[in-house]
Amino acid sequence: MAPTPPPLSKRAVVDRYYLEHRAKVIDIAAFLDRVDRAQGDGADDFRRTALEACCRILTDGQPERARRVLELLSDHSTEPIAKSPMKGATGAVDLGAKGAR
Amino acid sequence: MYIDPHVHMVSRTTDDYQRMALAGCVAITEPAFWAGYDRSTPQGFFDYFRQLTDFEPKRAAQYGIRHHTWLCINPKEAEDPVFAREVIALIPQFLKCENVLGIGEIGLNKNSRNELEILDAHLALAAEHGLMVLVHTPHLEDKLKGTRLIMDAIRNHSRLDPGRVLIDHVEEHTVRPVLDRGFWAGMTLYPDTKCTPQRAVDIFEMHGTERLWINSAGDWGQSDPLAVPKAQIEMKSRGHTLESVRKVSFDNPLKFLSQSGRFRIA
Repeated sequence: MAPTPPPLSKRAVVDRYYLEHRAKVIDIAAFLDRVDRAQGDGADDFRRTALEACCRILTDGQPERARRVLELLSDHSTEPIAKSPMKGATGAVDLGAKGAR
Repeated sequence: MYIDPHVHMVSRTTDDYQRMALAGCVAITEPAFWAGYDRSTPQGFFDYFRQLTDFEPKRAAQYGIRHHTWLCINPKEAEDPVFAREVIALIPQFLKCENVLGIGEIGLNKNSRNELEILDAHLALAAEHGLMVLVHTPHLEDKLKGTRLIMDAIRNHSRLDPGRVLIDHVEEHTVRPVLDRGFWAGMTLYPDTKCTPQRAVDIFEMHGTERLWINSAGDWGQSDPLAVPKAQIEMKSRGHTLESVRKVSFDNPLKFLSQSGRFRIA
């Protein structure tokens, strides 16, 4: 089956999903406020920097924002690493870390 | 009616089987995975494989759900290659079990050399026995790189047909490369990480419904064993046809999994 446009109209998509995503934007704003209000270091945490870069993609007017956000948050190196440092993932790449990208 | 082709029922309660059955689930496949801690002995995996091939099918059958499984040592426990190879050596004796579809969920976690070595050992086992493969791709920032490394590793095994390999947990940045190389792709509906039902339906609209399926990957973490029927509702509420809904949640998994010769619906 070939790709198809959404059956819903643009207006219907906004009507259906606007409040859900309005809330998510406010959550991001409140998260950044919470980091600002908190004590100690971490203001320059790479994950916060990455999140702010993602926000710029949202308003750049170009298509495929979801794909581009995911790529921005991805490790673009090509060689396997020597040993796993942990089992989990942080959700962004520390561009300041050795070997990143 | 639907199939959940990736769900870790050993971590779920019997109530979940009942709720899934009430929502229309007729069959599942359960890949071997990480228990949240590293097993201390290969014998721990032997018992886990017994659970997947003997106990769990009986528990599912109580609710009219046909249970199938995939066997492996998960990439999260592949950093010790000696240990991992001992576990892999246990797998052939379970291949005669009628609910075993193939090798899975193998793949990469942090994209390390040891993980790649053990991925290759699993692929060799699958090629040797003519088995199908279910692949786990890494989480979050490691997914793009890991997906590329995995596809290259599979390509090194010429006896493995990409049409009998499903690469799971694809998102917007990995779905196209996976499909373009002839593999099947799975979208996992998972809170916070992976896809929401809304994004999964977006991906169907952008990339079509050929060689794509959806699954819950319900496990011991925050997850939803009813994620597939929720995605069905999302599709229907957007105006997609019942035929399309059935294709991604039933026909596609049935088509892929039937290649094993062992997949049955209840």
